[in-house]
Amino acid sequence: MEKRVRFRSRWLPYALVAPQIAVTLAFFIWPAAQALWQSTLVQDAFGTSVQFVGADNFIELFGDPLYLRAFQVTGAFSLAVAVVGLALALLLAVMADRVVRGATAYKTLLIWPYAVAPAIAGVLWLFMFNPTVGVVAWWLRHLAGYEWDHLLRGDQAMALVVVAAVWKQISYNFLFFLAGLQSIPKSLIEAAAIDGAGPVRRLFTIVLPLLTPTLFFLLVVNVVYAFFDTFAIIDASTQGGPSKATETLVFKVFQDGFRGLDLGGSAAQSVVLMAIVIALTVIQFRYVERRVQY
Amino acid sequence: MMAASGGEGKKSVVKPVHEVMAMGGQKFDPTVYVPAVSSYYTDARGRMLSLPFNSSTTVFYFNKEAFQKAGLDPDKPPLTWNEVATAAAKLKASGAACAYTTGWQSWVHLENTSAWHNQPFATKGNGFDGLDATLTFNGPFQVRHIGMLADWHKKGWFTYGGRKNEPEAKFFNGECMMLTSSSAAYGHIARNAKFPFAVSALPYHADVKGAPQNTIIGGASLWVMAGKKPEDYKGIARFFTFLSQPELQAEWHQQTGYLPITQAASDLTRKQGFYDKNPGTDVSVRQMTARAPTANSKGIRLGSFVQIRTVIDEELEAVWADKKTPRQALDDAVARGNDLLRKFEKANR
Repeated sequence: MEKRVRFRSRWLPYALVAPQIAVTLAFFIWPAAQALWQSTLVQDAFGTSVQFVGADNFIELFGDPLYLRAFQVTGAFSLAVAVVGLALALLLAVMADRVVRGATAYKTLLIWPYAVAPAIAGVLWLFMFNPTVGVVAWWLRHLAGYEWDHLLRGDQAMALVVVAAVWKQISYNFLFFLAGLQSIPKSLIEAAAIDGAGPVRRLFTIVLPLLTPTLFFLLVVNVVYAFFDTFAIIDASTQGGPSKATETLVFKVFQDGFRGLDLGGSAAQSVVLMAIVIALTVIQFRYVERRVQY
Repeated sequence: MMAASGGEGKKSVVKPVHEVMAMGGQKFDPTVYVPAVSSYYTDARGRMLSLPFNSSTTVFYFNKEAFQKAGLDPDKPPLTWNEVATAAAKLKASGAACAYTTGWQSWVHLENTSAWHNQPFATKGNGFDGLDATLTFNGPFQVRHIGMLADWHKKGWFTYGGRKNEPEAKFFNGECMMLTSSSAAYGHIARNAKFPFAVSALPYHADVKGAPQNTIIGGASLWVMAGKKPEDYKGIARFFTFLSQPELQAEWHQQTGYLPITQAASDLTRKQGFYDKNPGTDVSVRQMTARAPTANSKGIRLGSFVQIRTVIDEELEAVWADKKTPRQALDDAVARGNDLLRKFEKANR
């Protein structure tokens, strides 16, 4: 049977997709083209002196060991955010799925952090961990004897931004995991239970395999989130410090472009980021979506 | 920003203040402005480019109560870094959690400390004489000064509290007993500190010849954009004349701790008895005006300086975290900063 929809009028389909195309052109294609063009220029802050330099900005970028370090920092940060975020959310979802009484209240509370703006999340965690006035820093010092000073300790600063980023994203992951869990047919689980499989065995042999589509989807979403949406958290809490320990690629674009007014160099970094998004999207559609059974 | 005013014949983004004042027909005498402030915003031919607005400099604050408790004379502020070290040791011995901290580490400990000891921060008169300046703040003097702080950090005398003004909170909440930061922190500290404190001059190294010279300013100035209608410039000129009035400037200076931009405002403040009632508030003015500025203490005018300060912050953090020696960190900061300067030079040719 023919599934395709046929329009009688020739212009109607174009008119229907026009708004979407206009939005894409104005907000995606145009700025992307602008970034591509700017990445080949060197200009002053006011645009009064502009020179075409070809690939100079890129050559300089990849010759800069600090840029390569930002790659490593971003990699470590994204991996930590994705792994910790997914593991915790899965745990919470499995628990929430089993709760019988007060389930709605429990679920609602877990969704709250998602409503908090990233900058607020950054400031919130910064306050708690502030070495001078932070309550968590105080607990660590007085109850655990652990010196918390993320202003100088790069590893602690990284832990701080990972915690804030995970906390912010956990609701989103939780929702998808919960929906995934609830769509697993009860009959399968009951059958396994009758066969004598305990809750842990059922989790690993039935629930998790059936959850892989959700898991892979969330993995890509979380990596993209850690790459691109955590700027506000880092800006509000560590500003990329100490000594660049938390300077991710996105933060560096901002730092060089808007603080340092090096527009060409910053545009070149944006182009590299664009390439990374494209690669991630291809991976998602090509491999992840295919290999995962729905 | 300075590049915005352009060279001769180059298209300019801003209109220099001296031109604006002439267009507006306002009486304008650049010599009424405090030279240590206005020289920062003046071109090589002595013409004022922008109107100084919120200018401050670096001063030293200390907790008088803690000094008393540690057996130090609260009416005798430490004037040299050696005296600060002695005070730090005694404060620690008396049970203080933190003896000394500083706001704005690059501005206080490299930019101002260099000027205060008449040492160059960069070549070409700290950048005033051309875009081809290179950084020189990795000289033996600066390496020694940062080395001293690194040593204090190891001993627990100096506590690092952040890149900007965050450390001021450590001072007024009573955690740190001594602080170097902006004179404009005065109002903030006076409002929050629950103990008597005093302000004194930025300490210096007594064995360095020519010290103390004068300190330099930080803050902002008012720039006029080019390409407006002539009547707009008339209005701007009148507004600038209004802002420069001694009464207005004196009030601004007294309430904020920022420097008075004209000598008349400073004199008026003295006549009103403000300095007698609030001892130490004239420290910043005296520090700026005690000596005629040299090429090393006139100010700093470098491209991408915001980025260079971030570089300095990053490298100094590596020193405090004991990951780099003071020499290595300052060498790296100079090398990275020079890259930024060359890039800026290229973009602003």
